[in-house]
Amino acid sequence: MLDQFLYGIEAAMNGLMTGIMYSLVALGFVLIFKASGVFNYAQGVMALFGAMTLVSIQKGQIPFYHLINATFGTDIKYFGWEVPALLAILLTVCVMILFAWLVERLLLKFLINQDPVILFMATIGLAYFMEGFGDLMWGSDLKVIDMAMPALGIPGLPQGGSLFIENATSGLGTDRFFGFFIDKLDITAAIIATMLVVVLTVFSQYSKTGRALRAVADDHQAAMSVGISLRTIWVIVWSIAGVVALVAGIMWGAKSGVQFSLSLITLKALPVLMLGGFTSIPGAIIGGMIIGVGEKVFEFIVSSSWFGDAMGFTMNATENWFAYVLALIFLVFRPQGLFGEKIIERV
Amino acid sequence: MFYREAGDFKKTYVEDSQTFPLKLDRYGFYLLMAVAFGVIPFFINDYWANAILIPFLVWSIAALGLNILGGYCGQISLGSGGFMAVGAYTAYKLMTSFPDLNMFVIVLLSGGVTAMVGLIFGLPSLRIKGFYLAVATLAAQFFLVWMFNKFGWFYNYSASGQITAPAREVFGFEVTGATASAAAKYLFCLVLVVGLAWLARNLTRGRIGRSWMAVRDMDIAAEIIGVNPFKTKLLAFAVSSFFIGVSGSLFFSVYLGAIEVGEAFGIQKSFLLLFMIIIGGLGTIFGSFIGAAFLVLMPVLLKNIMVNQLSFPIDIAAHMEFVLIGLFIMVTLILEPRGIAQLWRFAKAKLRLWPFPH
Repeated sequence: MLDQFLYGIEAAMNGLMTGIMYSLVALGFVLIFKASGVFNYAQGVMALFGAMTLVSIQKGQIPFYHLINATFGTDIKYFGWEVPALLAILLTVCVMILFAWLVERLLLKFLINQDPVILFMATIGLAYFMEGFGDLMWGSDLKVIDMAMPALGIPGLPQGGSLFIENATSGLGTDRFFGFFIDKLDITAAIIATMLVVVLTVFSQYSKTGRALRAVADDHQAAMSVGISLRTIWVIVWSIAGVVALVAGIMWGAKSGVQFSLSLITLKALPVLMLGGFTSIPGAIIGGMIIGVGEKVFEFIVSSSWFGDAMGFTMNATENWFAYVLALIFLVFRPQGLFGEKIIERV
Repeated sequence: MFYREAGDFKKTYVEDSQTFPLKLDRYGFYLLMAVAFGVIPFFINDYWANAILIPFLVWSIAALGLNILGGYCGQISLGSGGFMAVGAYTAYKLMTSFPDLNMFVIVLLSGGVTAMVGLIFGLPSLRIKGFYLAVATLAAQFFLVWMFNKFGWFYNYSASGQITAPAREVFGFEVTGATASAAAKYLFCLVLVVGLAWLARNLTRGRIGRSWMAVRDMDIAAEIIGVNPFKTKLLAFAVSSFFIGVSGSLFFSVYLGAIEVGEAFGIQKSFLLLFMIIIGGLGTIFGSFIGAAFLVLMPVLLKNIMVNQLSFPIDIAAHMEFVLIGLFIMVTLILEPRGIAQLWRFAKAKLRLWPFPH
């Protein structure tokens, strides 16, 4: 029984780490929703696109090589050089900023003052577009993230379980208990996510642009009347969200490979958002932790043998829906989420 | 010149409140019905039925249903895929348990069961609003699909986890199964579409529809003037789920014949349906049809052009399709956020004045 309990704790800790990974995606949502009221469904695809671009730039892949080959009958794929990781990251950030600018110029500009659901649909359209565009540009094969930076002495993203934690905890249970297995990558992601939140908070509290961002989030018209350019702010916010998406893409890509299914992490971030509230940055983090722990522990309980003995059946793969049901039940009691602004309705 | 009320005298209230007040509209509608019932069944072949007409009819029913909820009552739902799955699996269980039951009964019963499920998932809509509700309905999507995959009873413990529609008849004509004729399948769907569209049209223009629209425009104000939001929203969820359930059961039994739930009723289907009503026009019956027609025809058209005409490799064509669909959605929203139905309305207004616009 003690072992079972310890395994439960292990599941919870892993859930916590995964939950923080969810928050990474949710962060981008919150930023954009606060500043422009756009519920950006394309956030997950932006993560995929960012990660794809990064890997392909590193490898020196020719954009649209597949299309070029099909049209001209050539057989090319690489430029023949490799770009160091740090430079590739910088280039990808530039691409994401360019992307943000284009989105503002070509899409958002025309949809000011539209119903929120129309904007939401537009971002779904954007998600479709980017999914196809990313595949056309860089090919749809599985890509592997390699973050080795020899110049800085970084051998790449850590892989495998953390031996330190495993050794430290192996004595807790009986002989059959070998300690907690926690992925080093997850720990790294948690640290990076925390750093991101701190940086974003400091940025929005103390810099001039940050203050403008908060003003826009508060009230579009009032912000415009004191001379803040709404459109510039939107470009900035989408760029920041693009960079956050890139970080999320690197982390998730390192975990499961850069491929189509990466864009589905959006669906994991949505319940996190609901729980934490669409407008709260700390809410995204704490919501992520609650969801992550909740779904891992629930899965652990309902798939365990003693649950099967008690109920007569076991369940598995509940991670698909548990987060949503949890968020749904939670919202019935608190419709604005944990940290969302109180919804005041007037006639 | 011809397209106007002048000369068309209404003598009773019934005539005055008919769906098509203009003569030309009315005759056009009768002509359309005559062609749909009297001409197409004789010329239809398997390709036209399976690639275009039947998916169009099936998706129109679903679009009508989602439009009732989203367009008329203002509750955005992303759980439609899950509700379609409920319809499909109910139809499957009924078809296998009661082989002699008429398909009409089966399909309508599937709609009824889906309406019950819709009621349950509609309950939170009383507390949760807007985007929070849209995301909350995803719970229905994922939970239902998971449930149909997980418990063997739903797919009769078949080894593959797939469900396959056995051959069933309506008044002596096979409408499901591999040997059913294209015309029978088409007519079966068409009858349901016409019946349900009639129902939707009359629901939405009566007292019920007005209470839906009152709740959509501002639910607190509606409550103050005496519309019960609890009943109104739940009714919208039930009616909408009924339509979507009927559509799901047809999707499975008549259109595809065999499905695997995760693939056939995944989240992509929910989005597709939402696109249909938004591109077609929120809160219009006509928009549901035009939206369904558009999104059924476009992929077929794109594929035909790119693979058959321009001979692109299939994977590039698939990526291109994503790009083009995404582009198309964005462009439509930019040009006319209120959908194709709005363009149609403009065109009709222009036509009334033609040829003397001033």
